[in-house]
Amino acid sequence: MRSCVESFELYILRALGRDYGANLLPRGLDITLCDQIFLIGSGLIWTVYFAGLAMLIGFGLAVGLAVARFSENRLISRPAAAFIFFFRGSPLFIQFFFFYSAFVLLPRSGIDIPLGFVTLTVNTSALTTAQVGGLIVLVLNTTAYSAELFHGALRSIPKGDLEAADAYGLAGFTKFRRVVFPSMLRLAWPSYTNEAIFLTHSTTLVFLSAFPARQQSGEAFYYARYFVDQTFNPFVAYPMVAGYFIVLTLVIIALFGLVNRSLNRHLPKERRARYRFGPQYLR
Amino acid sequence: MFSFCTDPSLLPDWQWFACYLTNATHLQFYRAFGVVLVLLAITAPVALGMGLLGALALRSRIWPLNWLGQGYVNIVRGVPDIVFFLFVPIALGQGIEWVMHQIQCPDWDQPIRQGNDFIVCREAKVPPVNAPAWVRDIYAFAMAVVAFALVFGAFVANTLYGAMQAVPKAQIETAEAYGMTRAQAFRRIVLPQMWVYALPGLSNIWQILIKATPLLFLLGIQDIVFWARELGGQKTSLFAYPHPDWRMWYFLGLLCFYLAMTWASERAFARLNVRLSRGQATAAGERMRKAAP
Repeated sequence: MRSCVESFELYILRALGRDYGANLLPRGLDITLCDQIFLIGSGLIWTVYFAGLAMLIGFGLAVGLAVARFSENRLISRPAAAFIFFFRGSPLFIQFFFFYSAFVLLPRSGIDIPLGFVTLTVNTSALTTAQVGGLIVLVLNTTAYSAELFHGALRSIPKGDLEAADAYGLAGFTKFRRVVFPSMLRLAWPSYTNEAIFLTHSTTLVFLSAFPARQQSGEAFYYARYFVDQTFNPFVAYPMVAGYFIVLTLVIIALFGLVNRSLNRHLPKERRARYRFGPQYLR
Repeated sequence: MFSFCTDPSLLPDWQWFACYLTNATHLQFYRAFGVVLVLLAITAPVALGMGLLGALALRSRIWPLNWLGQGYVNIVRGVPDIVFFLFVPIALGQGIEWVMHQIQCPDWDQPIRQGNDFIVCREAKVPPVNAPAWVRDIYAFAMAVVAFALVFGAFVANTLYGAMQAVPKAQIETAEAYGMTRAQAFRRIVLPQMWVYALPGLSNIWQILIKATPLLFLLGIQDIVFWARELGGQKTSLFAYPHPDWRMWYFLGLLCFYLAMTWASERAFARLNVRLSRGQATAAGERMRKAAP
């Protein structure tokens, strides 16, 4: 039997691949409690990678998409609405399957895009990995969900704020940057916190669907499922991964709470937007 | 299905597709859509019932009941639901077998968990060892229904509890002033009115429930995802209908199915949203006011 220290050394970075720990995952009767704690913990690396990068990239795209959705020009708002509807109206689980099987069909050698003076070769083989392809699906998905939130916030910006901006002679991008964007962010932030939480929860679907876990490096829930399959005992690994996710959720609530405070710092206490753990659950 | 389908390799394109899309495996694929609808039709009322019980427990003044409700709702809400979908069927299955084991084989001396095996006596197996395949299917399906109902019951409980709190207090006080008991006031005043307040939350949960149905695949049920993978995969000339990797088109079909399912609810939402924005001092309300003649 391994000691806890040995398990720690073997498995704490195992999610990064074979070069960072044991060659094989523990199997059958060889599995100790410490193995489960550290291996599932090491899977959190990918959970944070998927959730963090998807949020970062998705945020910028979502603001643009929300503005497009709110546009009075139908040629702009209709496509934006269609994009949001497509990703919000269908299950993320199926989206993973769909995009994976689409990515597989792309030519292995890459796609050449002639730009006149230079030919750009897009590397398509990376798209079939979870780390790139799965991330793209998550980014598109969170963009749609966040854009819907931001669009809702744009709709509920107080009329007075916009009139005040007009009175000060603000227009165009200046008005957006100084008045519309801060108000939108402040109004949307509590729901955006929920979006962050449930995006983190939905990273569990990446390896459950079509994307392969190369060298058995997956995220936390992938390992939890692996252990349950090995030990046929759901009462250890699943509560453990649930515990990790509760901790992650609390960290997100704390971090986003700090931002929320700074977004609301100019307002009297009773007018501040407060966070409520809310209904958005699964996708 | 059609009379010309005897040798598909000789057929022109449209007939080939007509035969291909109506062969036996495709009919099973279409039946799987029915399974999804059946799951929705069973789970929705069960979850609503669970939710009502949960909301009553949350409202209850008897503290063990209240704690039970609080625990149920908060645990389910704080953990990724996928954990529950995979945990509940295994845990419940083992729990049932354990209880059966205690009843059927009281003089069994070996431990039930030996290493990585979960061993109960032969009589305690659920479903029974020699059960036909359809019984096993029904059992797996029932487990899925329980898992869905548990998770969505917690969501519904939370929404209904909020809705019950939203019914104006003055009305309940008036009912009590007329001499109604707490139960009577609940039945006659709160219960009929709370649905108005619960409706936005419930329709949201309904959409989430629709989108959660493909997870049946993870529970080992031959659902639409299973069949889309099977049928879409590349078929060599050994098969009657050889074709390249068509999984993308099958999953596109599934996406369209789900989009159609959520479309109706989305429409209803949009109407509600417009109705609620009317006359509000917000950007949307302002735009509406200016547009009006």
